[in-house]
Amino acid sequence: MTDQPTLDVRNLRVEFPGRHGTVTALDDVSLSVLPGEILGVVGESGAGKSMTGLAVQRLLEPPGHIAGGQVWLNGRRIDSLSEPEMEKIRGREIGAIFQDPLTSLNPLFSVGRQLVETIRLHGDLSRTAAKARAVELLAEVGIPAPADRIEHYPHQFSGGMRQRVVIALALAARPKLVIADEPTTALDVSIQAQITALLRKLCKEHGTAVMLVTHDMGVIAETADRVAVMYAGRLVEIGPVAEVVARPCHPYTRGLMGSIPTLGARVPRLAQIDGAMPRLDAIPQGCAFNPRCPLVQDRCLRERPELRPMGAGHAACWIDAAATEKAA
Amino acid sequence: MIVFLIKRLANAALVMLAVALMAFLIFRFVGDPVQLMVNEQTTQAEKDALRENLGLNDPVAVQFLRFVGDAVQGDFGVSYRNQQEVMSLIAERFPATIELVLLATIISLVVGVPLGVYTAIHRGSWVSEGLQFLSIIGVSLPSFVIGILLILVFSVMLNIAPAFGRGDVVSLGWWTTGLLTPSGRAALILPSVALSLYQITLVMRLVRAEMMEVLRSDFIKFARARGVPRWRIHYVHALRNCLMPVVTMTAMNIGSLIAFALITETVFQWPGMGMLFIQAVTFVDIPVMAAYLCIVSFIFVALNTLVDITYALIDPRLRMARG
Repeated sequence: MTDQPTLDVRNLRVEFPGRHGTVTALDDVSLSVLPGEILGVVGESGAGKSMTGLAVQRLLEPPGHIAGGQVWLNGRRIDSLSEPEMEKIRGREIGAIFQDPLTSLNPLFSVGRQLVETIRLHGDLSRTAAKARAVELLAEVGIPAPADRIEHYPHQFSGGMRQRVVIALALAARPKLVIADEPTTALDVSIQAQITALLRKLCKEHGTAVMLVTHDMGVIAETADRVAVMYAGRLVEIGPVAEVVARPCHPYTRGLMGSIPTLGARVPRLAQIDGAMPRLDAIPQGCAFNPRCPLVQDRCLRERPELRPMGAGHAACWIDAAATEKAA
Repeated sequence: MIVFLIKRLANAALVMLAVALMAFLIFRFVGDPVQLMVNEQTTQAEKDALRENLGLNDPVAVQFLRFVGDAVQGDFGVSYRNQQEVMSLIAERFPATIELVLLATIISLVVGVPLGVYTAIHRGSWVSEGLQFLSIIGVSLPSFVIGILLILVFSVMLNIAPAFGRGDVVSLGWWTTGLLTPSGRAALILPSVALSLYQITLVMRLVRAEMMEVLRSDFIKFARARGVPRWRIHYVHALRNCLMPVVTMTAMNIGSLIAFALITETVFQWPGMGMLFIQAVTFVDIPVMAAYLCIVSFIFVALNTLVDITYALIDPRLRMARG
């Protein structure tokens, strides 16, 4: 494994110009994913986790656009590429898995046709060869009797099976990076584990880097190698998953961990973080988390904290790691 | 699929039977056919003979069955006005209307679908806003105004297309066509454009609305994330998902166009079924009206059935569910 990250996002800023001024949806987000590594990205809805994935693929809904920062893929800068050049990168170098497998597939084409389309778009294969490859892919993602299933239409598959098809589509061109946006959220709990295990297995086998976007800390803890925590369009903490789960540095991360139910441990009431995430057009000065932070200090209200080494990773908090440890 | 087909066909037959009953009732009970056929000098004995001859003394059910039996064989009796077989009158006019309507439909699809896709993709640009505005005019202008304007501009002022009639026609067995002669083709231009203008705007607006809906769906976004090029997303993935309502509307419109082309036909003195019907109404020519009713309904029912079958061809989910 080389040191060069597959995906390197530097100081990414995404803005949505609107009638009432410009909304900053992502503010100074920096993260990287190494080959074969799974980076989990968590946060509440609206925190900007999906937005980060979309911005990397340049699939932001207009008028949203990248207003600053850089995106590097395998040592090549891609945030300034033209749309036709991006079309060649999507699917070929970045695979995508979307949240809802029920709506990700075109209902009017057989899954085989959609697979063959993707395979032939990104490789110079004959129709027959592409079809053989499609059967191979379906087998790889664990669909029984793939040679028969290939003729079937999306509505003939169950939710879990459809998500496997979506994964097959994402991996069709053997991309170096897969962005999985809530890949298990729409599925049954029992299927969730299968899908995350499959994703993990395939990516480890092929050395694919994965950016796994989810709000489910359980999925992150099981699947990811590192985790990035987002809040109000900013990165608040990033580090090895075991460390962040066991010893979160940022008060927000700690709040998130506290809200995970644990089997066997009977608590009368699950901990929750009081208040709600601020609207993106009304982010307070200083640290975005300051209105909800139990440890808020004067400095937090005035100055915005940068990411700095804390614990085993990095966190954006003024409060000393040691101090937070004590307070907890 | 076969069960589905049989069901649809049985359904269609039932509807046709109901229509035939209506036509029959109009034919038999709106005025006394014998009174309408005879003149003042006819004796009572002659009237009775005619009544017996026409089978009007048989029970109503028998009369209806005979009417249906005859209609199935294409026999709608004799026109009151000129004592010609109704069927041969209609057969004479039918090709003119069909050619006009089909050409108008083809024009409306060939022009309307790409315009709809274009305005959906480039919404907000001044070209598509301009097209939207024009389409409002197209929808609200009555077709006779468009027809008269076209005649004024292209026949009277520019003199590049004939204003009325069908031009020379070539007879192919029972079908006469204007498509094979230069004058026949020239004569088709203005009426078909006049007839299609409204359809173009309808198709365009429908495709635009459907496209905008479909382009928002997840599978379009996922197709983009798979690296499918833009044109392919628009014309293969999105357009096919818009086709269902377009097919329905087009088919329904072919029916309406055939039935109601009479305004355009009148403006352009087009010797089609619409003109025949107008004349039949003027002379209370009930057999012609009854036949017209049956034939137009038959076209509607046939198109409806075709639409259902086309649905199944477009959408695999319907194919499976009903097959």
